[in-house]
Amino acid sequence: MKYTFEMLLLAVGAFLALIGAGFAQDRPFGAHMWVLFFVLIGGAIVLMRRTEFRPAIAGRAPAPQSEYFDEVVKYGVIATMAWGVVGFLVGVVIALQLAFPDLNIEPWFNFGRVRPLHTSAVIFAFGGNALIATSFYVVQRTSRARLFGGDLAWFVFWGYQLFIVMAATGYLLGITQSREYAEPEWYVDLWLTIVWVAYLAVFLGTILKRKEPHIYVANWFYLSFIVTIAMLHVVNNLAVPVSFLGSKSYSAFSGVQDALTQWWYGHNAVGFFLTAGFLAMMYYFIPKQVNRPVYSYRLSIIHFWALIFMYIWAGPHHLHYTALPDWAQTLGMVFSVMLWMPSWGGMINGLMTLSGAWDKVRTDPIVRMMVMAVAFYGMATFEGPMMSIKTVNSLSHYTDWTIGHVHSGALGWNGLITFGAIYYLVPKLWNRERLYSVRMINWHFWLATLGIVVYAAVMWVAGIQQGLMWREYDDQGFLVYSFAETVAAMFPYYVMRAVGGALFLAGALIMAFNITMTILGRVREEEPILGAAPVAQLAE
Amino acid sequence: MSILDRHAILERNATLLLVGSLLVVSVGGIVEIAPLFYLENTIEKVEGMRPYSPLELAGRNIYVREGCYVCHSQMIRPFRDEVERYGHYSLAAESMYDHPFQWGSKRTGPDLARVGDRYSNEWHVQHMIEPRSVVPESVMPSYAFLKATPLDVKDVAMSLKANRAVGVPYTDEMIDNALSDLKAQADPNADTSGIEARYPKAKLGDFDGDPQKLTEMDALVAYLQMLGTLVDFSTYDDTTGYR
Repeated sequence: MKYTFEMLLLAVGAFLALIGAGFAQDRPFGAHMWVLFFVLIGGAIVLMRRTEFRPAIAGRAPAPQSEYFDEVVKYGVIATMAWGVVGFLVGVVIALQLAFPDLNIEPWFNFGRVRPLHTSAVIFAFGGNALIATSFYVVQRTSRARLFGGDLAWFVFWGYQLFIVMAATGYLLGITQSREYAEPEWYVDLWLTIVWVAYLAVFLGTILKRKEPHIYVANWFYLSFIVTIAMLHVVNNLAVPVSFLGSKSYSAFSGVQDALTQWWYGHNAVGFFLTAGFLAMMYYFIPKQVNRPVYSYRLSIIHFWALIFMYIWAGPHHLHYTALPDWAQTLGMVFSVMLWMPSWGGMINGLMTLSGAWDKVRTDPIVRMMVMAVAFYGMATFEGPMMSIKTVNSLSHYTDWTIGHVHSGALGWNGLITFGAIYYLVPKLWNRERLYSVRMINWHFWLATLGIVVYAAVMWVAGIQQGLMWREYDDQGFLVYSFAETVAAMFPYYVMRAVGGALFLAGALIMAFNITMTILGRVREEEPILGAAPVAQLAE
Repeated sequence: MSILDRHAILERNATLLLVGSLLVVSVGGIVEIAPLFYLENTIEKVEGMRPYSPLELAGRNIYVREGCYVCHSQMIRPFRDEVERYGHYSLAAESMYDHPFQWGSKRTGPDLARVGDRYSNEWHVQHMIEPRSVVPESVMPSYAFLKATPLDVKDVAMSLKANRAVGVPYTDEMIDNALSDLKAQADPNADTSGIEARYPKAKLGDFDGDPQKLTEMDALVAYLQMLGTLVDFSTYDDTTGYR
């Protein structure tokens, strides 16, 4: 019988969740355990419906072990797309909440609970699924080996979705550590640790059984991303729960030590989750899509080691002029500024890979998307070091400038490179001749780019204006503006920001439609992109 | 470029690559974070800091639960405008019992590090119920449900114990009296000598305008009203804090 073990596991899990709900120490934990119970029972029911009662010997032969294990990658691509749309939508909603506070619905949909839902949905659900799916795809191709561990990859995928669901529902129920980007409580963190170890096992195991002598550069980045995130996650989430049947825990560190630990984690969630992992995607999908080798092998070595070494030091720039000792702030600033170089090393390596194929930016919308992603990466990694200079930070900190910076990185770099990778992957995974529509990629590209530019520009103006208003003095030496006046001044920007976000969301919806149609096997009748099929090719 | 050629060794050995990256990414954290735990001048020597009273801690847990940190900082920087707007710049000592810290990273709303004693209890309650009734420009969500939600006091002693496990100096006496202290702090008719001895400067009395009920609003306002009020800055010498 298929799935016996899996169903047993789910049933036991559901039973434990029921016990947790029954003996819960606090109301949110009880509600959370009910959520877990229904999710696991639902999973068990789905598996039961797929059960086949034929004896194992008479059943279908298992998939040949020589083939790549791509089924889980397909699920990952769909999950990436779905969570992406959810995350962007929640982003637009909370952007509107800031402009029109009556859109808050207490208690579950107040800004304070929904904002972590947005950040986690985009970073961990959209970004995380993109990383898991592409890493499973890339590591098999570049190692010429099937994924290690058989069904362990399925555990990684579904275990990670469970983590997302538990984290997201927890926020709405008020279960949070209130540590930025590490909000899930202790039991959800423990679960993620288990899933992450399994992820490392699958990925490393596949590299170990590779048939290629060399480990491809993309895999260095994936590997360092997986292992560093494990380290950051475990250390930053050390906590003592009030009760093993309660949702509340108290972090192991306090005050200034807790602050630096948290931003050591927080900044390297950016550095390793959103940078190293996505650079791995760049190192595989750009050369593939433009059909050119990576520009410089030596540059990739230098910038890889420099990047992972320096990123870890940059955390204190989130704590400039706070009660963190000055020596730590200055150290963080120095490394943040130096980080500019390895970051641009990656950008140059990505962009220069197009040498000799720059015409594809004009003719291939997927390449255009990837190039724009790397361009935004370059812009964000220049802006970041600049904002980490203490003088600049004294103005930008606590304002929307930071929010704008984050979004030009997250929407521009992480978003566009993921979209490019998905557009590349879908026809290959589902064995389609081409995407449903190439012209729709063009639409998506322009909507997304316009959305990001509007978003980032508006947030620059808003942030700098508010920062200057806070420190504005009149001739007599009095502060000119009350805090409330600076809030009122933000209104037009908050509306425009929501418009920028909505444009980006509209692009993602077009993509979701395009991807869905491609998976369904449809092909849209359309004019080819101008110049995509040259009339005459010059002899080389 | 012999050194780069030697990189091929790492490229052929996944274990070496793994261990190598782990070593490289460990350095920064060890050099930057570890000293904060043993350098004595990391946290200033001040008078007045004490652990949160049980009611304040319950209020802080609500502050954490609602994610107030996404819009409010609790960290005043040493700039003229911030000091004039919010009060003395924040000291590391002032968050030494904060598990987790709530310094925040964004000021959609104002800093709250010294919001204690700035407004009346009635103002806070009204502001939570309908923020725009007292600050027309505010974009804060309404938190009226706090006044309707009874405070969950079941695990208050366990909360103190968990805090003690992570280093907050709660005494046995504090833990034994946790529940009675919590109730006494919000009860205008209670004997408060015990709580005043254990938690100096604790704000006493009814907070949410309804002495009959102990609600989440009581706890949150009790927490807000003590923020930044513990350290006695009249005896604090700024120059001792340079580090």
